[in-house]
Amino acid sequence: MSDEEEIILSDLSDDELVEQMMDDLYDGMREEIEEAVGILLERGWTPYDILTKALVAGMTIVGHDFRDGILFVPEVLLAANAMKGGMAILKPLLVETGAPRMGKMVIGTVKGDIHDIGKNLVAMMMEGAGFEVVDMGINNPVEAYLETLESEQPDILGMSALLTTTMPYMKVVIDALNAKGMRDDYIVLVGGAPLNEEFGRAIGADAYCRDAAVAVETAKTLVARKHNQMSAG
Amino acid sequence: MTDALTKMLATRDWLLADGATGTNLFNMGLQSGDAPELWNADAPDKIRALYRGAVDAGSDLFLTNTFGGNASRLTLHDAQSRVQDLNRLGAELGREVADASGRQVIVAGSMGPTGEIMAPLGSLTHDLAVEMFHEQAEGLKAGGADVLWVETISAPEEYKAAAEAAKLADMPWCGTMSFDTAGRTMMGLTSAAMVQMVGKLAHQPLAFGANCGVGASDLLRTALGFTEAGATLPIIAKGNAGIPKYVDGHIHYDGTPDLMADYAVLARDCGARIIGGCCGTMPEHLRAMRAALETRAAGPRPDLDTIKSRIGGFSSEVDGTEADSPDTPARRGNRRRREV
Repeated sequence: MSDEEEIILSDLSDDELVEQMMDDLYDGMREEIEEAVGILLERGWTPYDILTKALVAGMTIVGHDFRDGILFVPEVLLAANAMKGGMAILKPLLVETGAPRMGKMVIGTVKGDIHDIGKNLVAMMMEGAGFEVVDMGINNPVEAYLETLESEQPDILGMSALLTTTMPYMKVVIDALNAKGMRDDYIVLVGGAPLNEEFGRAIGADAYCRDAAVAVETAKTLVARKHNQMSAG
Repeated sequence: MTDALTKMLATRDWLLADGATGTNLFNMGLQSGDAPELWNADAPDKIRALYRGAVDAGSDLFLTNTFGGNASRLTLHDAQSRVQDLNRLGAELGREVADASGRQVIVAGSMGPTGEIMAPLGSLTHDLAVEMFHEQAEGLKAGGADVLWVETISAPEEYKAAAEAAKLADMPWCGTMSFDTAGRTMMGLTSAAMVQMVGKLAHQPLAFGANCGVGASDLLRTALGFTEAGATLPIIAKGNAGIPKYVDGHIHYDGTPDLMADYAVLARDCGARIIGGCCGTMPEHLRAMRAALETRAAGPRPDLDTIKSRIGGFSSEVDGTEADSPDTPARRGNRRRREV
């Protein structure tokens, strides 16, 4: 029945190919993404253009449909995996060519919490949006956050918790940052299923992010605002 | 021999389950990030007090303090070698409190998610998941749990693994999932899809349903979805007491006892037979729920507008069960794999 039409990626024009890449990202097709990235490189595209015009643009669509309850975690994980395939090719080239940086994020799940599904999604979507991400993994005590912030000097700290029993620990970390006079050096984003905006404000975070797509949008906005403030000040 | 929960369900229209575990333990001094299960060994009096809180408030069934008692979760606290012990102790304390209550109270052995993503998407294999759940189930059985209580699950694969573990432990079981993402589970499962999935299990649960998620209104919508989809097994509704707020250094859920009382009778009207709370539900909420279930007459099946006006709005417009609704957002086409 299925009258499937085999699409030859290298036969497509640049515009068609970029559109196809967005669909392939959406469908989580890693090999096709890797192949298409290679084709665009051969055609003389800069790594930065491939990243922003194809991969980031495609992941933005995935992010929006995730936010709107059209896609769910399994589909997003597949899409992120496909994006990672493309990123693995582009990453060294981006460094070589001195492409502009979006910003850097340190992210980790707090002490006592093993859940890293949401955190991984945020990390992947942030990478998909062009951010550099340092993933601290799960079960992080306050000392580990402080150490990593000092050594990595990121723009953003992201914290995740999924349990009623672990979410207050985010406050412990923010309090420690305040005590050390480090709080204003970073944009602090928090997330996790039991949280909400009011909770984020109450513990002193810059923003609560409902899901990975919102995290990316918030990160972009707050990093841009920080840069503006710095150039104005 | 018929198990205690089946017997109780045969004689009663509705049962009151318990409320929160984590929220209550915080109030007893649990530190954020610590494993509640360790208290089964280190602070048994506090766990007895937790259980008694529910029993004295009128719960017919309560969950053991073993939610995170699987090897995957306990590894965080370097307690993975104590899975059987911590679960057995949690159930033994429950048995003790239930048997001293002077009435029939069911001890339900709580089994929460592993926290890992199952293969092929993630790394946790079906066999390993079954093994971890089975290990926990044997501990709960040894401690005298009447029934296993699988809860807060997102992935159908994990639910199935837990069902298999219950079979291996030769235990009756119940299982609820958490519908916290646009009315579906994090993995995208709708309430209707859960009914289908449960119907196909070889080792059927005694009851199934929803717990936690995003507040009481969403949970009632999910319960309506279960009955709409033709569920025949008893339905469990364990919703959160509102949403969490951070007040004076503590987590506080904003749902009042009055709200939870309303939620309880509405849950019954939605078709639920085992009704309780989840995060934020304290003994005073349970008391109000019990009183409401006992004194208020059953009403007609509520519609979504009734739920909205009495309990509050929903977290999303739709929950994936309204296939033909123009509000249901459409997935983009798979152009590469198009079929004609």
